[in-house]
Amino acid sequence: MRWKRLAPVAVLIVLVILIQLVFSAADAVYYLTQLTMSAYYCLVAIGLCLLMGHTGQISLGHAGFFAIGGYTSAVLTTVNLLPHAGSGFVRFLGRIGFVVRRVDLYGEEILSVSPWIAFLAAVILALVVAFVIGLPATRLKGHYLAMATLGFGVIIHAVALGTAVLGESDGISGVPGFRLFLGLEVNGRLKFRVQNYYIAWFLIVAALLLAMNLIHSRVGRALRAIHGSEQAASSLGINPARYKLTVFVFSAVLAAVGGSFAAHYNGGIGPSEATVMKSVRYVAIVAVGGMSNLWGIVLMGMLLNFLSLRGYFGSYDDAVFAAILIGIMLFAPRGILRLPLLDSVRRLAGAGRGALARAGGPLAGILARRGGERKDGEAPGERHG
Amino acid sequence: MSFEEFLQYCLSGVTVGSIYAVVAIGFNIIYNTTGIINFAQGEFLILGGMVAISLSSVMPLLPAILLAVAVTVVAGAAVEIVFIRWLKQPDVLRLIVITIGISILLREAMLHIWDEQMRALPHFTGSEISSIDILGAHISPQALWVLGIGTVIVVGLNLFFKFTLTGRAMRACAANRTAAELCGINVKWMVTFSFMLSAGIGALAGCAISPLAQTQYDMGSSLAIKGFTVAILGGLGRSMAAVAAGIILGLIEAFSISQFPLAYKDAVTVAVLLLILFIKPSGLFGSREERGLKEF
Repeated sequence: MRWKRLAPVAVLIVLVILIQLVFSAADAVYYLTQLTMSAYYCLVAIGLCLLMGHTGQISLGHAGFFAIGGYTSAVLTTVNLLPHAGSGFVRFLGRIGFVVRRVDLYGEEILSVSPWIAFLAAVILALVVAFVIGLPATRLKGHYLAMATLGFGVIIHAVALGTAVLGESDGISGVPGFRLFLGLEVNGRLKFRVQNYYIAWFLIVAALLLAMNLIHSRVGRALRAIHGSEQAASSLGINPARYKLTVFVFSAVLAAVGGSFAAHYNGGIGPSEATVMKSVRYVAIVAVGGMSNLWGIVLMGMLLNFLSLRGYFGSYDDAVFAAILIGIMLFAPRGILRLPLLDSVRRLAGAGRGALARAGGPLAGILARRGGERKDGEAPGERHG
Repeated sequence: MSFEEFLQYCLSGVTVGSIYAVVAIGFNIIYNTTGIINFAQGEFLILGGMVAISLSSVMPLLPAILLAVAVTVVAGAAVEIVFIRWLKQPDVLRLIVITIGISILLREAMLHIWDEQMRALPHFTGSEISSIDILGAHISPQALWVLGIGTVIVVGLNLFFKFTLTGRAMRACAANRTAAELCGINVKWMVTFSFMLSAGIGALAGCAISPLAQTQYDMGSSLAIKGFTVAILGGLGRSMAAVAAGIILGLIEAFSISQFPLAYKDAVTVAVLLLILFIKPSGLFGSREERGLKEF
């Protein structure tokens, strides 16, 4: 059972390595830059998948958490504490290793918070904010929840735009690299390109494993019960509010991790990361991927973000995401991988399905998984078959 | 703060608030007949303003505005017929996402038709420098127009819902959709009509504020958020309460400008929205009985 679940992860890892090898061999490593950024955006989508797909709660404010992560890391690692170096507090921080001396872009020595501490602060801040917002918000439903989370996103954007220390409309630049360990560094410079691709994908795989563990645990079953009927769930002794809040906070932390790493990778962050449109994009990715289908979301998230970041949509970027969102919601609310057309293709492939999955390939893995699910009598195709 | 300053803030608050109230009423009309919050409501205002601005270069102001309202009404009907009408019992999550998508599509379409420039209709009477003196406070004649048009919309809608057959049929749909259908009311067309009506009043409001606030393709979403705040503040679905709530929010916003940096203006409004959602989602004027019946 466990191996069955982990097989797609192995396929994904092989695929990730293959992509890197192909791009490196083709001397087109610049594609890896966009794939790295896509991966950070995908982290948000994975969290949102748990929230929307598995708990049935919408959030139109997750770009806000991404921004909280990014801005916290960016501010703490760029604000120069050198003028205050004499003060007891800064000296204390220096002694316990919280602040470090480094040379900034212009070759001047500055004293700033170490990226590790900034990262921790970003996660803690996102956690606290998500808790404070989520505690009342997860008690709301439908439109009310949508508007509350949207409102949260608008506030974060307004604060980013209107606060001097956050760089107002320019955002923050000059964020240093984030030295992890073993010589690994989150940094956008050329020589770090390949290792950053793997760092980002390591985060994705870790998040996927975490999310899958959550889904298949007691928590996941409780979440599905809540999604089905909150009243029925609470009559079985499940506390819906607590579970919803847990998932909300978890997804917010994932988003903040993505934001923090992305800020180090890009060397900065701007208010455009906090717009409502960004939040809507995450929702679009989760919708296209099939709401509760982690693999679909990672696949579609990578594809859409990659195309968007490469600029294939031109000035129609937002319009493309909106059109996709509407199209999916009108014609295939269960996600693009469950379109009626694909369903019939799958039925045709019926017998060969097991063999396909053994042969590998991401879509085959997904198809095989779908097939297994259908035995439980879930998918609509069952009725016709 | 001197009395004149105080009065100035009050007047500007009431003017802005009346527009928010009209947006909120647009939300309420559609919400009452369908249970949908139309996230594209703000775009109707901008669309109305934009069309009127383009038309006003080739014709006098009044027909330009009337035509703009007509165009927006058609757009409202089209949105409903193309995207909403044929969905069978869609859940709320799906509808939210669809109307958000529509609002982005409308916005992007306007960006490509009218570019990103700020535009404005000419003042209905006078110009940008003319002002009327009220007890020491100065107010643009256009603000009076905004107030007047807001009042006409509110009074007109009230009469419409009370005394015309169509208006009563719409109220019947709001009270009980199934019962209304059993009485022979064509609920589907009532839904379309509610989209047309909110698009129409939205366009009219959009024209009225254009000379003061100007019109730009992406201003719709912030208007929609404020309209929604007002609708919630008054209690979702209650149009008259929305007027009171609109004026309250307008005043809060006007006075917040005197206290906080301008960049935080929207944040203050949204903070009001979050507070009301978290503390009393039935709205300031919602009754306890109602709260028991609704799900938040």
